Amino acid sequence: MVTALGAWTIKQLNDLGRVGRFLLRCLFQIIVPPYKLWPMVQQIHFIGAASVFVILFTGTFTGMVLGLQGYYSLRQFGSEGALGAAVGLSLVRELGPVLTALMVTGRAGSAICAEVGIMRNTEQIDALTCMAINPYKFLFAPKFLAAIICFPLLTSLFDVTGIVGGYVIGVKLLGVNAGAYLEGMYKSVVWEDVYMGMIKSLCFAVIMVWICASKGYYLHLNKAGFGAEGVSRATTQAVVLSSVSILVCDYFITAILL
Amino acid sequence: MSAQPAKNIAIELREIRKTFGQQEVLQGINLKVKEGKTTVIVGGSGQGKSVIIKHMLGLIRPDSGEIQVYGQNILTMSNKEKSEVRMNFGVLFQGGALFDSLTVYDNIALPLRERTKLKEEQIRYRVESKLEMLDMPGVGSKYPAQLSGGMKKRVGLARALMLDPKVLFLDEPTTGLDVKRSKEIYRLFASIQAKLSFTAVIVSHDAPKIFKLADYIALIADGKIQGCLTPEAFQLSDNSYIKNFVQETMGDIYRG
Ligand SMILES: Nc1ncnc2c1ncn2[C@@H]1O[C@H](COP(=O)(O)OP(=O)(O)OP(=O)(O)O)[C@@H](O)[C@H]1O
Ligand SMILES: [Mg+2]
Repeated sequence: MVTALGAWTIKQLNDLGRVGRFLLRCLFQIIVPPYKLWPMVQQIHFIGAASVFVILFTGTFTGMVLGLQGYYSLRQFGSEGALGAAVGLSLVRELGPVLTALMVTGRAGSAICAEVGIMRNTEQIDALTCMAINPYKFLFAPKFLAAIICFPLLTSLFDVTGIVGGYVIGVKLLGVNAGAYLEGMYKSVVWEDVYMGMIKSLCFAVIMVWICASKGYYLHLNKAGFGAEGVSRATTQAVVLSSVSILVCDYFITAILL
Repeated sequence: MSAQPAKNIAIELREIRKTFGQQEVLQGINLKVKEGKTTVIVGGSGQGKSVIIKHMLGLIRPDSGEIQVYGQNILTMSNKEKSEVRMNFGVLFQGGALFDSLTVYDNIALPLRERTKLKEEQIRYRVESKLEMLDMPGVGSKYPAQLSGGMKKRVGLARALMLDPKVLFLDEPTTGLDVKRSKEIYRLFASIQAKLSFTAVIVSHDAPKIFKLADYIALIADGKIQGCLTPEAFQLSDNSYIKNFVQETMGDIYRG
């Protein structure tokens, strides 16, 4: 029993160390030359551009539901005028970065994990290694960079469409004063809130690529299963773990920055 | 093809042991790969030939033993040093290991793009001449999933040869090819070998044809190298495993 616990602890620490080294190597390879633009552009297309529609859609509806819920809650206190502030703050600080990260994890994170996992399974990563091509540089650095560029942009998009969605519901549908909506938002959302949102989205970008890529990369050490089943299990694990980590990390960043 | 005195050793395995789960696949492998020579590893399916190659490439760590490449122990090397050693390698994996999201052209061009500073037109010229040489003109735009098994092998071979490696590892280069094509591959191999005089490690089931190419033949059975001999000596060896192997692949002609 005790030895089993000990062995388990050692294994967990080992895994943690390996994944930590993975992140450090990736970040190192981002910094050192040579820099290649094209792979990064492809990844930006994949992680960013292809997610725009999803983000527009979820952003609008999140804003609309905020408008609806906020209106009826605030009306009880007779302060519908604060709707703009409520929608703006919750989007910029929390919902924008978090929901964007969760959506992109579902879309691109799962794909990253599956892609890398299949490369591991079919010896493509071994082939890269044998060609003396650094997989961290070749595979992961462009993904990290692309995510770091795309997440804040997608988050901004989410915020803006959400605010518009809240405006449409609150002002056009429920009759909140347009001036009050915008004025309240303008007064209460300060630059610190925007910074906080951006810092969050940067952290989430790193977490997403880190977890999803390393789950695929270390597929052969994962005893979850073999072949196609192994890839599918690892992908599921990667998405769940990324999402949970994003939410946990969200709490801590909020606690530190508030 | 003739027995010459041992020149420099390119790769040496010493007492390599490797266990996967309960199964001890390698039980003390000793093998010297001589520089500029072709060493062919033969043996039954599942005996550990591919595992030996992966040890030489530094992709698998042995449980015990020592692996030297050009006199340097690769087990104690940093990743950077290993990568420098691998600059000299060209590898064809048993499964091809082609990058399935890249076209055939991009697959073959990848080592040139990542490791050299050649211009795109020079790369195009080289890739196309390699494709031509391997009898596959015009397949450059296809994806690996759209190729036949034998074509994948040849694309993998083209990729392995792209940077004129000093050491070439071929894991079953002709399995899945028709007789004519595999003969062509052998001829091609011999002509490139004559030109570049690289060291080659070939795993093959294609005995006895492969013997013509080989300078040395090593038989693996029961987790050990039963002998690494010239083709002539191999066919006359007293080792019971080798005798059996020779008999099975060539019939009784050498007995008595
Ligand atoms: N990663 C691994 N995990 C567990 N067992 C393995 C692994 N790789 C190889 N083996 C086992 O090692 C043995 C040797 O495998 P290997 O692929 O080297 O055979 P081989 O001699 O190349 O056979 P073939 O001629 O069919 O290619 C097999 O029994 C295989 O089950
Ligand atoms: Mg094999």
